[in-house]
Amino acid sequence: MASELNKLTIGEASSKLRAREITATRLTRDCLDRIAAVEPKLHAFITVCEPEALEQARAADARLAAGNAPALCGIPLGIKDIYATSRVRTTCASRILENFVPPFDATVIERLRADGAIFVGKTNMDEFAMGSSTENSAFGPTMNPHDTARVAGGSSGGSAAAVAAHECLGALGTDTGGSIREPASFCGVVGIKPTYSRVSRYGVVAYASSLDQVGPFARSVRDAAIILRTLAGPDGRDSTCSARPVPDYERALTGEIKGLRIGVPREFFVEGMQPEVENSVRAALDNYRSLGASTVEISLPHTGYAIAAYYLVATAEASANLARYDGIRFGLRVNAEDNIALYESTRAKGFGAEVKRRIMLGTFALSAGYYDAYYLKAQKVRTLIRNDFERAFEKCDLIVTPVAPTTAFKIGEKMNDPLTMYLSDIFTISLNLAGLPGMSIPCGHDSNNLPIGMQLIAPPFAEETILRAGDAFERTGAFKPRSPAV
Amino acid sequence: MAETKITLEQVRHVARLARLEWAPEQEERLRADMDEMLAYVDKLNELDTKDVAPTTQVGEAGMPMRDDEVTNRPAAEAMLANAPSRERGYFKVPKIIE
Repeated sequence: MASELNKLTIGEASSKLRAREITATRLTRDCLDRIAAVEPKLHAFITVCEPEALEQARAADARLAAGNAPALCGIPLGIKDIYATSRVRTTCASRILENFVPPFDATVIERLRADGAIFVGKTNMDEFAMGSSTENSAFGPTMNPHDTARVAGGSSGGSAAAVAAHECLGALGTDTGGSIREPASFCGVVGIKPTYSRVSRYGVVAYASSLDQVGPFARSVRDAAIILRTLAGPDGRDSTCSARPVPDYERALTGEIKGLRIGVPREFFVEGMQPEVENSVRAALDNYRSLGASTVEISLPHTGYAIAAYYLVATAEASANLARYDGIRFGLRVNAEDNIALYESTRAKGFGAEVKRRIMLGTFALSAGYYDAYYLKAQKVRTLIRNDFERAFEKCDLIVTPVAPTTAFKIGEKMNDPLTMYLSDIFTISLNLAGLPGMSIPCGHDSNNLPIGMQLIAPPFAEETILRAGDAFERTGAFKPRSPAV
Repeated sequence: MAETKITLEQVRHVARLARLEWAPEQEERLRADMDEMLAYVDKLNELDTKDVAPTTQVGEAGMPMRDDEVTNRPAAEAMLANAPSRERGYFKVPKIIE
């Protein structure tokens, strides 16, 4: 019988590690055993880093024995395969990067390493983070730990599933239109997309640079706060990264939310939403009122235009960002008689269907004669969406909504209809356009025992408000997340 | 039948710009997918944006400057390690000049 230390929260494990009640090696071993047991059913990882993780664990144990180790020292994490990790391949779930081994670490990887965190593996994702189900991975989909016939969400589906299934204690994802929050919701874990520019993106494979943001997954709000504190902060290697000092997020978790004004946007409770999703979020709002918060109905009138604006802005930026995959300096090469033919055949073979579809749409939106009608128009609508939120935050401190209109859908259900797949991001996408922080936390289950997530949204750099409110909800014990079926 | 947003000829032009090769039998499906997306994003035209400034970035204003100093060391071998084809310290590509 395994000791099952992998089921501990980061907060619990960190205390026990520092008290020398457990070792990082034992904790890591339990995670690796769990990975070996459930991976055939889940496929949350593209690459498992067993020898590297055990080596990191030994180093962490030495550091813990010396005393004064940081909170994440000895904590096993999963890393989305979009982060450059020195000497460990980084595929971005694409054939074009299948054998790419970065010569450097992303800034956030460097920071986690400096704290003594342990990387058990690189997690599965939609190719180049383009998708909402992890079905677009070139290496096959990730299955939802609560029901393996269903998707884990995406694009960071592997990270969400790995945390939910206790394969690691926390994980990193990225969120361009909902890629942390939607899989967190589908898998029943906590996921934070911080304010745009809060966390460095150096060494993170770029999808849509005006929208991409780095964030953590964990099994509690406190754990997510602990990881976020290490990730956030200025970085001389990312000029878009904010110079603002990083608060001690854990200290924001006071349990006290009396007087908090919660906005509830009427446009987010729409026809066609799964009734259990609405009921769970409404029950959580009742809970907040009983804790002394007030709720006020607000309006975000341009919500219905967010997906259209997103798919022009994101694909346009992607078409430029993905121009670098040409088969010359790294990655797959398909040889041809001249360079142009080499680029075309390399990219045709190396990219999957959804990536190519988005490059095509983005190239079209930027092309001569169409730029004003599509790309510029979308950027103007983006301004309207930002203004909606600015006005709303005059009346409230926090906005609460569902994360997605439904719980996890069946594998294959939406694969033949890109537009329907895009619509599953309807509640998350506008935050990326506006640059706002958002968190998904579990707030219920549907009749199939599938997790339901609630989204907490705050003004720029008000992550503490989100964390305080999320933690206060967890403390009520009104809803206890269930362990997954696997 | 709805108005066509993009023709096969336009799709082929965009494919050339994007350096993507498509098999002839994939082109019509691709055109239909793009057509559906373009018809969907048309809803943006319901909004009057005549006097609205575009949002290009949502980060904080200004670009921080740093001293123009070399901070990395030469690492040619590390840079070439992922090259699909190399020769004597260079990336090797098909002949460009006749």
